[in-house]
This record gives sequence, structure tokens and C-alpha cells, in this order.
Amino acid sequence: MARGTGWLWLAPIVLAAALLFAAAVGETRIPLSTVMTVLASKAGLTAVVLDPVDASVIWHYRLSRAVVAACGGASLALSGLILQALLRNPLAEPYLLGISAGASTGAVTVTVAGFGAGMVSMSAGAFAGALVAFGLVAVLARAARGTGVQTAGIIILAGIAGSQMFNATTALIIAQSASAEQARGIMFWLLGNLSGVRWPDVRLALPVALLGLGVTLWHVRTLDAFTFGADGAASLGIDVRRAQAVLIATAALVTAVMVSIAGAIGFVGLVVPHAMRFLVGVRHARLVPATALAGAVFLVLSDVMSRIVIHGQVLPIGVITALVGAPAFAVVMIRGRQR
Amino acid sequence: MSGAPVLELVGATRRVQGRDLVSEVSLSLRKGEMLGVIGPNGSGKSTLLNMMAGLLRPTSGEIRLEGQPMARLRRRQIAQRLAMVSQAADCGERISVRDAVELGRTPWLGPFRPWGGRDDEAVEAALLAVGMEQMAARDWSTLSGGERQRVHIARAHAQAPQILLLDEPTNHLDVHHQIAILDLVSQLPVTTVIALHDMHQALRCDRVMVMQSGRCVALGAPLDILTPALIREIFAVDAQLIAHPAGRWPLFAFQRLA
Repeated sequence: MARGTGWLWLAPIVLAAALLFAAAVGETRIPLSTVMTVLASKAGLTAVVLDPVDASVIWHYRLSRAVVAACGGASLALSGLILQALLRNPLAEPYLLGISAGASTGAVTVTVAGFGAGMVSMSAGAFAGALVAFGLVAVLARAARGTGVQTAGIIILAGIAGSQMFNATTALIIAQSASAEQARGIMFWLLGNLSGVRWPDVRLALPVALLGLGVTLWHVRTLDAFTFGADGAASLGIDVRRAQAVLIATAALVTAVMVSIAGAIGFVGLVVPHAMRFLVGVRHARLVPATALAGAVFLVLSDVMSRIVIHGQVLPIGVITALVGAPAFAVVMIRGRQR
Repeated sequence: MSGAPVLELVGATRRVQGRDLVSEVSLSLRKGEMLGVIGPNGSGKSTLLNMMAGLLRPTSGEIRLEGQPMARLRRRQIAQRLAMVSQAADCGERISVRDAVELGRTPWLGPFRPWGGRDDEAVEAALLAVGMEQMAARDWSTLSGGERQRVHIARAHAQAPQILLLDEPTNHLDVHHQIAILDLVSQLPVTTVIALHDMHQALRCDRVMVMQSGRCVALGAPLDILTPALIREIFAVDAQLIAHPAGRWPLFAFQRLA
């Protein structure tokens, strides 16, 4: 195990605490003891008779949602970390690759334009849109290779071009055919929304998040090697093209899955890796687990806040992550400069 | 070990958009030698070094590392034999000197080959070799240009290569650090290729290769090669060689051609 990773055994405890907290707090506060009893009974450890409403709220509503939030937070934060490391650009984040723009277009196409006649869910539309957008960005970046701009620059430029195009398409479809009600629903989804999340979503989100974490952990030294740029990595024995392909594709895939489940939740991928660099340093053996944990906890807590800030109303989670994330980012930047 | 040269270029050419950046360079590196590459700006020195490092592929010709075609080796195999110190490799991260040097162990590590005592030793030895052992905890951003260059060389040292390639390592350094870097490099027990601008520094090499417009125009012992006639032709200056009153190497006096 790498040096400075002795705190890792705390990670599951912190995560579990955040999940329990999220299960207990909400519109109605449920005592932690009840939460524990529900979990124990679900695990078959106790036969205590429970209030079915409490049990249902905790198990079907809050816990599934918290687990998906944790998966999404970890995945988005790791995607941001991967892209910042590989592209050598501190502003890189998962949506830079056009993924969120493509997902929005896909979701809007399905809900507003009625593509698939109700047979295709908004999530499936979003996933397809995300993959199409990333595919186009990747093809564009590949086609533009050798034009003098460095690889990292090309991917960013292609991502911006792709995002603009898909955002314009989304705006066009909404302006053309959406009712006010549909537009409001779309807006809510675009800012991130965990309201509809249930256990079947966990069955998709959890394996994908674990896959993303596994691939990133496998490549910690590769990510370190990019410290002095792609050529630096190559002279340290990294197969740069292969590493970029595997890692960027992983980031794109996990982001696309998370966006299709929960909408485009901003700021996690940008802020969390920077905050963790500030706390645990730049070596990825520490940075990767720290970023995954912090991303997970951040999104679980943001989701709790989105449920309780305004009584009787759920805010889009993206509003919370941005409201908390932007000032936090500013603080990290200023303090980082002073050091 | 076989009799093959440590690094061999056979008609190596790099052609970009119809222009030869490096043209038909053939060269055989002798084990343990220090080869200086000099030439005017844009003569192809950096491209040549990047090709030797396997970072750029020759568009024609071949480069062989210990007798094996470089194109058939994996990056990791190349990096275990050959280290490169590029020009102006910089980073914006808050990385420490020790972190930067530890990167040099990358080609020897993997998911199933974790960091070990041997790696710690290599890093300590590398820090010691460049005299940075007291500064291991310093942040990269607080280092001067010369200190950064020394850290890069330490990183390459920790890589434990047989061949070290340096692209103008003395650029932007004061004269003390220029000489310190050259002394340091010449003491390392490796085969070295070093791109240089300063002809006085080139005199310290075992052999010198002069490049012009991507071609190798001369190759041999420094004093045989760096004649006033060649310097006049390649660098467009008049040069006079003056014996140093006490030193091993003569001095050049330059004057721009009228």
C-alpha cells in the first residue's frame, strides 16, 4: 500500500455514516434506531415488526436514492479527476466531453419530441444521447489530430464544439415543441434530479461506479506519470494513446450512465478533485480514493439538503451542488494560491 | 550482452507536411560515451532526440535499441533502458521534489509490482547525485530553473536507464549551474546524448554531431569537428580557437560575419 493511505480504512465508515444520515433525515425525521432496525430486518437479522410506512420510506425511497447519489458523486468526481490529470487542464470536468449536452438532447428528444412513442424511457434517451455526443467529440478530436494543436487541446476544443451544437439542438427542440409544463420538467431534469430513483437504478449505478473506481485505481501510476504532460508520461513508459483511450472512455461511460439516471449534476466533477488535491496532495494513490469518497459523501449530503432546505419542496440537486460548490471552489482556489 | 550498439539510427528520417525535420541520420552510439548534438535553431536537434527516445517515429529509416527495432518494443521496455529530459517540461501541480523524482520509478512498477525498498534506494541515490537530498520536501513551484533541471535529471537517474537523452539541459541557467549540470551528467555511468547550444560545452563531450537543416553534417571528436571553417559555414560566425592558459579545452572567440 502506498504511503499516506492509512486513513483508507475510515472511508467505508464515513460513507456508511453518510448513507445512514441520509436515510434518517428528510421530510419526516426517522430515528437512527429505526433505520438500523429496518436494515437489520432487510438483512434477515431481526424479526421485529416495523411501521410499514417508515420501513418503506427508508428502504424504497431514501436509501436507494442515497446509494445512487453516492455512486453518482464518486463517479463524477473520478471522471473529473481523470480528465484533469490526462488533459493537464484544471478546468476539465466530465461534461466537457459533450456528455451532458448530448444526454440533454437525448432526453428532450424522447420526452418532448415523442421519439420512440413512449417505448423508450428518458434515461435510455439520455444515455444514447450521451454516447452519441461523446462519439462525435472523439471522432472530431481524432480527425483534427496533427493540425498543430496538442492532443489535450484538441479534445477540449472538440468537446466545446460538440456541447454547443447539442445545447443548441436541445434549445431548438424545446422552443419548437415543448409545452411550458414539459419545459419545466426538462429544466428540473437538466439540473439533476434523484426523485425518481429506486432500487433498479442501484443495480445499474453501483456496478458502473465500482467499475469506474476499479479502472481508476488500476491506473494510479499512469495518472501520476502525466504530471509533466503526455510526452513526460510516454518517456516514463506509459502507452499514452492506450491509457488515454481506456481512461477517457471509462470517464465517458460512467458519466453517461450517471447522467442518464440522475440528470446533469454539475460541479461535482470539477470541485471535488481540486478540493482533495488541496487536502491529500497530488499523488493519485491517495487522491483517487479520497476523491471517490468525497464525491460520494458530497452528493449524498447535497441530496439530503435538496430535500429539506425548502419545506415541502424538493430542489434540483444540481442547484445545491452549484450553490455549495462554487463558493467552496473559490475558497480552494484562493487558499491554494496563497500557499 | 551482445555486440550491438546501445542505440543505432539507420537513415532515420522524420518528414512532416512535406518537409524533412530530420533527414537520413545514421549514428551508432558507443556504450558509455557522451555525444553532443549541436546546430543552429531549427536544425532538428529536438526532433532527433525525440526520435531517439521513441516519442516520435521515423517516417523512414529505423532506430534500434540494443539491436532491437524500437518500433517493436513496448513503451515500458524502452523506458526501462532509456530516460529523456525534455526542454521545459513543467507542471502546475503542487508536487514535491521527492514526488517528481519518484515518478522515475514508473517503468519499474505496476499493479503487481508495488513500491519497495529498491525504489526508495534509487530515489535517494538520485537525489544525492544531483545534490537535492536536503530539498526533497520542497514544492516544485518554489524551485528555480536550475533546481528544476536538476530534479528532472534526478528523475531520469531514478529511472535507472542505460541511455540518457538531454535536450538543451543548460538553457536558461546561470554559468555555475550550466557547468554543474554538465559535470553531473558526465559523471553518470550511462551513455548520454545531449543537445547543446554552447560550443564550449560541446568540447566536453566525447563526440560531437553537428546538424544543419535536419542533416548530420559532421560527426567526430569535438576538436576535429569544430573547426573555424565548419563553424563559419553552419553558424555564420567567424570563430577563432584560442588555447586556454590553464584549462583542458581551448576557447572560441566569435565574430559575426559582416
